[in-house]
Amino acid sequence: MNTAAIKELLYKMADDLLVLGHRNSEWTGLGPLLEEDIAFSSMAQDKIGHSQALFQILHELGEAEPDTNAFMRDAKQFHNSQFVELQNDDYDFSTIRHFLFDHADQLRFDNLANSSFEPLAKVARKIKGELKYHVFHADIWLNKLGNGNEESHARMQTELNNSWNFALGMFEKGDYEQQLITENIFEGEESLQSKWLAVITPIIEKANLNIPAEKNWEPVLGGRKGYHTEHLDQLVTEMGEVFRIEPGAEW
Amino acid sequence: MINSLDPRIAREKINEDNTIAPLTEMDQFETYEVFHQKKRGDQHVHSGIVHAPNAEMALLFAKEQYGRRGLSVNIWVVKTSNVFASDYDDADIFETVTEKQYREAGGYKVMDKINKYKKENKI
Repeated sequence: MNTAAIKELLYKMADDLLVLGHRNSEWTGLGPLLEEDIAFSSMAQDKIGHSQALFQILHELGEAEPDTNAFMRDAKQFHNSQFVELQNDDYDFSTIRHFLFDHADQLRFDNLANSSFEPLAKVARKIKGELKYHVFHADIWLNKLGNGNEESHARMQTELNNSWNFALGMFEKGDYEQQLITENIFEGEESLQSKWLAVITPIIEKANLNIPAEKNWEPVLGGRKGYHTEHLDQLVTEMGEVFRIEPGAEW
Repeated sequence: MINSLDPRIAREKINEDNTIAPLTEMDQFETYEVFHQKKRGDQHVHSGIVHAPNAEMALLFAKEQYGRRGLSVNIWVVKTSNVFASDYDDADIFETVTEKQYREAGGYKVMDKINKYKKENKI
């Protein structure tokens, strides 16, 4: 078993989920309507739960305790894509990010359900239903806002344009990409990205929106290797604030 | 500037004198009645309402509001305005005056005991 390759994969996934889970949880109490506030907060909790499961596997592979790992690292030690760390701004951006990320997330776990690394395959099979709801939720919002009124349509298109290159950055390859593929741990980022495009394209079309022209595609890379925007510093500081006061405390 | 302990609020740099227009009374989506089913074959039981702009979103919200805790295999949503209801002023239509016990299915009460016995003994 290629532990280094598996750790790389687990870290990037766990960090994506922790950081986006935290960002999405920032809508708690501020959501556009009570029912949506509850739904979105609940999905944010799911994401943090999924990251916890991955941090637990990392711990079993010799890394720090999940809480320590999540709350004691500095921003430059995070392996999440830059896409998930960006500040929330308005609900339009959060909706688009939710749509673009969650489809990739679902497809990734879908593939990992058959991974040769059984602990990860087990997690993937367990959370299948939750991911299905997340995507179901994202698709309906995209469709309703894309086909809503002029303003909602324009906002969705603008945020889709602004998000696109960041979203492509989710598929940044790590140093162990080839080993992951060869050892049947994970299908690889390239394959995942093409599946993702095939799935989201018709949904975006049905929402009356357009994917930016391919000649303008420039993935925002670096996140997987610890290069981040200033937004991650802010997030990591806030997220770990309480834990860092008394790291050994029992909750 | 509003100086909040909540970093999400503090980040917004909101002026103290900002005037947020209060919601008007009708500034809400219509309601849908939610029914959830615990297992296949069971009756759908009314669980509450959600506000939503359309049936699909009502279903999304209903799942999180009422299907999140405990077991559910299915959910229905029905526009509240589509429910035709009797009037509380007519509640007396349900009153039974004369002795009609023979019409009530009192004998079937034994089924509760049988079902309980079956459940307890996993028959």
